[in-house]
Amino acid sequence: MKTSPEIPILIEPERYELHARPTYHFGLPRRDFFKIVGGGIVVFCLPVSTFAGQEAGRTGRRPVEALPQDVSAWLHVNENGEITVYTGKVEVGQNIRTSLTQAVAEELCVAPGSVQLLMGDTDRVPFDMGTFGSRTTPTMSPQLRRAASAAREALIGLAAEAWHVDRAKLTAANGAVTDPASGRTASYGELAKGREIAQAIPAEAPLTPAAQWKIMGQPLAKVTGREIVTGRHRYPSDIKLPGMLFGKVLRPPAFGATLASLDTQKAEQIPGVTVVHDGNFVGVAAPSPRVAESALAALSATWKSPPQQPSGDELFEYLKKNAHGGDDRGSQATGSVEKGLAEASLRLKQTYTVAYIAHAPLEPRAAVAEWKDGKLSVWTGTQRPFGVRGELAEAFRLPEDHVRVVMPDMGSGYGGKHSGEAAVEAARLAQAARRPIKLVWTREEEFTWAYFRPAGVIEVSAGITSDGAITAWEFHNYNSGAAAIGTLYNIPNQRIQFHPVDSPLRQGSYRSLAATANHFARESFMDELAHLAKMDPLEFRLKNLTDTRLRAALEAAAQRFGWGQIKPQPGHGFGMAGGSDKGGYVATCAEVAVDPASRQVRVLRVVTAFDCGAVVNPDDLRNQIEGANNMGIGGALFEAIQFENGRILNPHFAQYRVPRFSDAPAVEVVLIDRKDVASSGAGETPIVGIAPAIGNAIFSATGKRLRALPMAPKGV
Amino acid sequence: MARVTELLINGVKYPVDVDAGASLLSVLRDDLDLTGSKYGCGEGQCGACTVLLAGTPRRSCITPVGDAARKPITTIEGLEKDGQLHPVQQAFLDEGAMQCGYCTSGMIMTAVGLLAVHPEPTDLEIAHYLEGHICRCGTYPRIIAAVRRAAKSLHEVRT
Repeated sequence: MKTSPEIPILIEPERYELHARPTYHFGLPRRDFFKIVGGGIVVFCLPVSTFAGQEAGRTGRRPVEALPQDVSAWLHVNENGEITVYTGKVEVGQNIRTSLTQAVAEELCVAPGSVQLLMGDTDRVPFDMGTFGSRTTPTMSPQLRRAASAAREALIGLAAEAWHVDRAKLTAANGAVTDPASGRTASYGELAKGREIAQAIPAEAPLTPAAQWKIMGQPLAKVTGREIVTGRHRYPSDIKLPGMLFGKVLRPPAFGATLASLDTQKAEQIPGVTVVHDGNFVGVAAPSPRVAESALAALSATWKSPPQQPSGDELFEYLKKNAHGGDDRGSQATGSVEKGLAEASLRLKQTYTVAYIAHAPLEPRAAVAEWKDGKLSVWTGTQRPFGVRGELAEAFRLPEDHVRVVMPDMGSGYGGKHSGEAAVEAARLAQAARRPIKLVWTREEEFTWAYFRPAGVIEVSAGITSDGAITAWEFHNYNSGAAAIGTLYNIPNQRIQFHPVDSPLRQGSYRSLAATANHFARESFMDELAHLAKMDPLEFRLKNLTDTRLRAALEAAAQRFGWGQIKPQPGHGFGMAGGSDKGGYVATCAEVAVDPASRQVRVLRVVTAFDCGAVVNPDDLRNQIEGANNMGIGGALFEAIQFENGRILNPHFAQYRVPRFSDAPAVEVVLIDRKDVASSGAGETPIVGIAPAIGNAIFSATGKRLRALPMAPKGV
Repeated sequence: MARVTELLINGVKYPVDVDAGASLLSVLRDDLDLTGSKYGCGEGQCGACTVLLAGTPRRSCITPVGDAARKPITTIEGLEKDGQLHPVQQAFLDEGAMQCGYCTSGMIMTAVGLLAVHPEPTDLEIAHYLEGHICRCGTYPRIIAAVRRAAKSLHEVRT
């Protein structure tokens, strides 16, 4: 058995929505800093060099050196002993506000309640590329822990100095430093009083090993839970400014349509209404959303339609036909596939497809924009506040320090809110109306004018020996992306390629990126190969797998599920799938029932085993895994964007079916807590197992192999 | 069009001056700054905007404010009493029944409405009653557990 190799994190070419932007350099003179935050102790985090390369996902071609090398976060212990962390990471439901609080509290030896996180406010936090790629836990968390550890050591040093004792004799606990010999104790606030100490993290700030964690490794309830259940938390769409007006934007009838004529006269006669017409942008500002809607309806516009665009029913043909050859970013080759196929006694080739799907975050895009003294401030929901600041600076030809973006914890994103459309629109309206503007996209706008998870075509072929060893593997992904395109199974001869395509629809990141599509194809195909070899799917996988972490996940899920111990009843089926991405290892078993009359599929039971290294917050990790499975059922069974010639045909929840209570199975989670391994992120990878596990279970129930996501929008 | 000049929300009379046809959600959020009720779809499909109208859960985004005049309206802001959370709010915290939390207020309002008429629902009944609500983060099993827990604690209060 070999251990998991250090897989270099693949640059992710499917981040189509991210454009190359200039590097930002953050610098705040020390004196100014203490003027703003008050006295105390400040520790700056400096990004480690490896971290930069892993987040270099924007264009996939930027060298590591081009990324910011300055401060990535900082931590402040004030004169009251209160701790504030300043980070550009944002809270979107993945619960990092809580897990980072635990990380800081652990190393600083304080109660989590004394730690506050100031997140995603570009005027107050250092530059951050964005919150995506499951990077917060493996990169931001260790940095903040080092900063907290350095602050603790600085506080111990201050106490040692004041008491003239050896610092090694002092201990820190519960927000205070104690000298056990004399019984003297001083709170962090007392020690920080009157100080202005700023330092960078020392090169070797020691971290508490996971086995000794007291606050990390334990469940901690969401730190903003009470604000949420009382309705007090202000999401981006809840922000209100004095004198604020409400905006609406006139949308073209189809993608790519240009404005031919516009009559604004009627709209402009409505009291309080400002109409803005700037190129193809037409919008209104009004004293209330109702008046804004009336004003929008009063506009009379004609549009020039663009040339014919591809439609959903020709999508997969289009993707194959318009592929740009192999892309080296997602290409891997070992041995000779031809030789491997020649050695095989059984061969198989199949094609899988995935549809465009919508993120459909329950809070649609929203922004409140205000211009004051030549400076633009925008409150908006985004996973990339600094990216949106760049978009605004570019759109309004402003220097970046004239733009502030604030991101209140938002109503989810799932990779779908990397861009700043609503922010730019609100700012344009506010500029014209000379008043702050609130703009909230309608559900239809969110379904139509945001971006989608890429559709794709995946072709797989392989050869196996008569005893089930895979000898050759060829895998081509057209358009959906290269994330987790490689296989962990031991195959001597491989050819793997990602083929980018100019997508007919605007596309971008989605929870787990293409790891979902690639795992769907790979793990469905593995099931097909197992049946071809007349082997049990678990046995077949294990025969071709030496990676210890994935083996452990598969075995743990199988054991909890009862794989091989119980048999499905008639009309039911069992399926399994496993895989790895972004440092996490997942295995999922599912039981489905197919209704003999309606042919509808119901997912009855799901078991997911997950290993993301040392577990930071077990209850929240379970929550993420349960949620990923429930969300993934939609893409697996029924979610698909329908489109025709530049129009979205199903931009409403009544037409675009998302998982609801009746779709949600019992989800059992097995956590593999590897205290000896650094923690990875967990918001994404747990989703990759559910679609192939369901597909394989449908095959087990019906003998029917479904190779297109969604698999059963109208039943099997 | 007829105007609405007063609303009774969480036991407090609010003077307003809006068209009777305006959506209750828009009046709550945009005129009165009661933003706990959320916009999710504007079509009554997601449940994020749910409030109680005379004790019954209603989608405020498709309820004309004229229909809500002269009826007691309860929003998420009205459940906490003297710093004490409503048992349903507490149960959502205890079960960790949220991720982004954007659907939570609507879920809680419908659950309060359910338990008022049906104090001991089965899991299936809870799921059925909440079917019109979307939690895109997929915390459905936890929400069911929260409503079950709330039913139990309300039962204990009664007995």
